[in-house]
Amino acid sequence: MSELFTQAILIAMFAATVRIAAPLLLVSIGELVVQRAGIWFLGVEGSMLMAAFAAYFISVASDSLSIGLFAGIGMGITVHLSMAVATVTLKINQFITGLGINLLASGLTLLLYRESLKRFNGEVPTVIPFETVALPGISQIPILGEIFFDQHIFTYLAFAMVGVVWAFLYRTRYGLEIRALGENPKALDIKGLSVSGRQYAALAFGGTMAGLAGAVLVLALTDRFVPNMTNGRGWLAIVIIIAGNWKPLPILVAVLVFAFLEAFQLQAQGIGLDIPYQLLLALPYIGAIVAMIGLQLRSEQPAHLGVPYHRE
Amino acid sequence: MTAEQNPPRLEVHGLTKTFGPVIANTDVSFNVARGEILCLLGENGAGKSTLSSCLYGFYRPDKGQILCDGMPVSFNSPRDAIARGIGMVHQHFVLVPSMTVVENIILGTHDHGWALNLEKKARKISDLCARYDISLDLNAKIWQLSVGEQQWVEIIKVLFLDAEVLILDEPTAVLTPHESKKLFAILQKMTADNLSIILISHKLEEVLQSDKIVVLRKGRIVGNVRTVDTTRSDLTSMMVGRPVMLRAERTDITPGAPVLQVSNLTVLNDKGQTAVNTMTFTVHEHEILGIAGVSGNGQTELFEALIGVRDSQTGHIQLSGKDLTHHSPMDAITNGIGYIPDDRFRAGLVGPFSVEDNTILGIQKRAEFADGPILNRRRIRNFARDAIDRFGIVTPGPQTRTDTLSGGNAQKVILAREFWSATKCILANQPTRGLDVGIIEYVHQILLEKRHKGFAIVLASEELEDILALSDRIAVVSKGQIMGVFHADEANIDQLGLLMAGQALENAA
Repeated sequence: MSELFTQAILIAMFAATVRIAAPLLLVSIGELVVQRAGIWFLGVEGSMLMAAFAAYFISVASDSLSIGLFAGIGMGITVHLSMAVATVTLKINQFITGLGINLLASGLTLLLYRESLKRFNGEVPTVIPFETVALPGISQIPILGEIFFDQHIFTYLAFAMVGVVWAFLYRTRYGLEIRALGENPKALDIKGLSVSGRQYAALAFGGTMAGLAGAVLVLALTDRFVPNMTNGRGWLAIVIIIAGNWKPLPILVAVLVFAFLEAFQLQAQGIGLDIPYQLLLALPYIGAIVAMIGLQLRSEQPAHLGVPYHRE
Repeated sequence: MTAEQNPPRLEVHGLTKTFGPVIANTDVSFNVARGEILCLLGENGAGKSTLSSCLYGFYRPDKGQILCDGMPVSFNSPRDAIARGIGMVHQHFVLVPSMTVVENIILGTHDHGWALNLEKKARKISDLCARYDISLDLNAKIWQLSVGEQQWVEIIKVLFLDAEVLILDEPTAVLTPHESKKLFAILQKMTADNLSIILISHKLEEVLQSDKIVVLRKGRIVGNVRTVDTTRSDLTSMMVGRPVMLRAERTDITPGAPVLQVSNLTVLNDKGQTAVNTMTFTVHEHEILGIAGVSGNGQTELFEALIGVRDSQTGHIQLSGKDLTHHSPMDAITNGIGYIPDDRFRAGLVGPFSVEDNTILGIQKRAEFADGPILNRRRIRNFARDAIDRFGIVTPGPQTRTDTLSGGNAQKVILAREFWSATKCILANQPTRGLDVGIIEYVHQILLEKRHKGFAIVLASEELEDILALSDRIAVVSKGQIMGVFHADEANIDQLGLLMAGQALENAA
């Protein structure tokens, strides 16, 4: 292989890493805020999947990408807030509710997808996806420009959100309150501040991020909905949060590692490396298992995570 | 104007609060003036906590009125109470261990805007600390602080909200005697600043440092007196509803042969740190060895090692000359050791099990309760009925779930079981923690009875009064080490307190 060819492959692989990282980063950052608020929401996978379907169906039906995008976000918020009603207001077990949401989303999207195909006379309509936005000037930098600065607007947003959420959590009083919720919600309650209101808000933010991530899968990274297309990304987000020890920057690193494994897997299939493709497909998940075994560090895990708050 | 003409800072009129059929407070009225310490005294379940929760806006009273400076107020949430200058220091710390002192204090305080303004707020906190002579590292994380320092954080947290009435719920429960003294010095400074204090307590020596005392029993006020006009025994009989013997009668008996011999015992805690450091002591027949110390100084690990649930690193444990080192709990039980753990529902009982099942936990294999592998329900029930009678356990019946019992009755279930199976030695770790005066009296009597019968007893308590009243000898522990052993008649409370704080005797002098 010529050196130029190798370089082109590497650039393509790293650019793919950044592209693939975007939805994973969005959903992970959203789930981080949710978990910091003390709620262990296992239903992100389902929320993202429902959002992907809503984004797809509405954008096809309305023939507008942006309406589809907002529909996806709206669906993400709706599913997340259903979690809030069940676990914050009704105090149902968080794990069971999250798992239930995943099962429901998987079945419901499949059903609706089949129904919608009937409506479209059996053809699979596609959307014309969002285009990448080359940032003026810096996208011309050799190699780096190609990797980082010719991406979807959502990708820039996703990376920016890491900084925004970090600043929110550690530099604002509302962030302090969200972190306190995950550690000791009573500390807020005794000051007369609403615990449930803040948990609803955290879930609404998580829903926005998961909805956006689902919409990005359909409207930017591909051009159609495929049943169960989230393919474990929501679960991966939970692994990423544990691997990133509930901190924004380590979570970014973990996302990039998993995105790289995924990109590597795609490239390796493309150039015909002599590795069974099933093994390549499994790479990110093998990585997740290794990360779970290897990373025993959970020092930042919120102490009150997953425990519903009761006044005495 | 003179003080008498001013309306009280906080006044309660005819307050009644019920939870369904349960009446927590009935027609409670009292007031507290500026610069005054009022004490709410009462047993567990007397309604002190409900009352303070009403004052703090956590609950809404069903009937009655709360007045601030003569103006009727109504609290929908703690925010309203805070706005009226009422602050509360809760019995169990409400802190976030992973956050700093400053973060904990400013958490949820409502300035406008998003910014934290850490420096500005840290300055206000430093001023408060200086005013009340409290030294705190504001940037330390809460988990790095001692229990006493955490209590100061709780107090500063309330003062930071500009509270003028401070409700303190059992504030000395976790403090060393030295820290308690300091707390009262702080409270005196506050009253000098015209702040009002409502102190909830059941410790008589603290209660007597207040200006006036309101005694609650079963949700009603049974006494409202000025402190100078009352005595300890008056207060106790008001609280319990009958005269109580404050000091158990301890007869002189000469100790017999050694029973429990511990030498050079070293034990690790769950984190792998040394919790018990080369302890050596012997307990004889007819003897109570008191272990005095602030909890968390190795007592629980020591007891767990003696009963066999925690292995020792070095040293030996002997019972009547028989080596028990590295023994199992079953070895301990069959050799006649009884164990009363400090956390009764974590280590002594299975909450959802019935009273009768809990009375035979650990001894269920014995022929009295089982025919081979099959439990004999009839004999177990008879045994439990007998235990309920003998120990006066208040329960609907032997098949009632144990976690529905009050703390005192749950403790009696443990006593019934352990005193039945023990034949030589009793290990009692905080046997009266959280119990009412009446039951404490009972536990003390029954321990002395066992001493009379020839048992060797190891008794740990945070209450020096208990230790002094019951023990023949007293070992003071700090950081897993025995700091000194005294005969009960030679010991005095100040000396023990200093040793408990970890000071060696020569420094203390």
